[in-house]
Amino acid sequence: MLSKVFATIAVVITGGLLLFGVYDFPSFGDPNSPPNAGAEGGGESVSQYFITHTYKDTKVPNLVTAVLADYRGYDTMFETVVVFAAGIAIFCIMRVVGNANDPRQKKEREGMHSFTYGDHNRIIIGTTCRVIVPIIQLFGLYVIAHGHYSPGGGFQGGVLLGASFILLALSSDLNSALKRFSEYNYFKLAAVGILIYAGFGLTSQFLGENFLDYGVLQPLLFTDGPEMARSHSMLGVEIGVAFTVMAIMFSIYANLASQGTLKDGL
Amino acid sequence: MIFAFDFIILIFMVVAAIISLKVKDLLSASMIFGIYGFLICLLWAEMGAVDVAFTEAAVGAGVSTVLLIATVYNTKRKSSD
Repeated sequence: MLSKVFATIAVVITGGLLLFGVYDFPSFGDPNSPPNAGAEGGGESVSQYFITHTYKDTKVPNLVTAVLADYRGYDTMFETVVVFAAGIAIFCIMRVVGNANDPRQKKEREGMHSFTYGDHNRIIIGTTCRVIVPIIQLFGLYVIAHGHYSPGGGFQGGVLLGASFILLALSSDLNSALKRFSEYNYFKLAAVGILIYAGFGLTSQFLGENFLDYGVLQPLLFTDGPEMARSHSMLGVEIGVAFTVMAIMFSIYANLASQGTLKDGL
Repeated sequence: MIFAFDFIILIFMVVAAIISLKVKDLLSASMIFGIYGFLICLLWAEMGAVDVAFTEAAVGAGVSTVLLIATVYNTKRKSSD
């Protein structure tokens, strides 16, 4: 009961702070607000700038991907870091702090399942999922690689790839999915994804430009101009994001479904 | 924007949100939360924000529902409040 009171107080305070923050926003549809009318002194508005300059600057038709991966590259990089941190946090709670091998907890756990164990060798489900998993993975790769031209990108493609492994774990069992994508491998891949992203940023810094300013990578990528270098770097960055998101999605599922033991989960 | 379409989806969204908070069975609650995710995905697709709708369909409606169900499986199924 007391915890509920504290939770209510915390929610009210957080909600109040958020509403207080919203109070500073320009009113809805205000033609004189900075996003619509531009900066004070007659500058071009941000949205207008993106609409007119994105294709000229980057040769990427999908404006959303260009804004996410290039103009707002810092945001996306740290979003990826947040996903990574979430995966590490769940790993720590379930696998380290949870101490799944503690005999007392093990005993407690046995009476806990209110579900009946399904038959994990159902032929129809197993065969269908084995057929469908490569198609999902192919679609995920398409979404990553085609993110410049159509909706999609690293996050969506990474989630699709991670979901294909989760489907594998659901249709047969967790061990056979872990045999293909072990714990060591997925955390390695998650770290490699962020390193790819940060590597693109640091390389452009070494070449004398700002962090994540991809245009300067032109001599390394053998492209025609800085525009195409930005386009290709965006693809590289999206691949990094996809690695991290795929690995972390599967790691969260594997830890949650098996209470951190990574054995006979859902 | 099509007003009738928006209106129906928004009504369903509010209903789904309230039901997923009120229902005692946590498995049903997470399924209805998935329905909520799909409805908001439809709304975004209809508004023209296809990238966001895609993310919501993959993350909000797909993977997070699976994660919630995996968690419910390892805890009690009935909610105590």
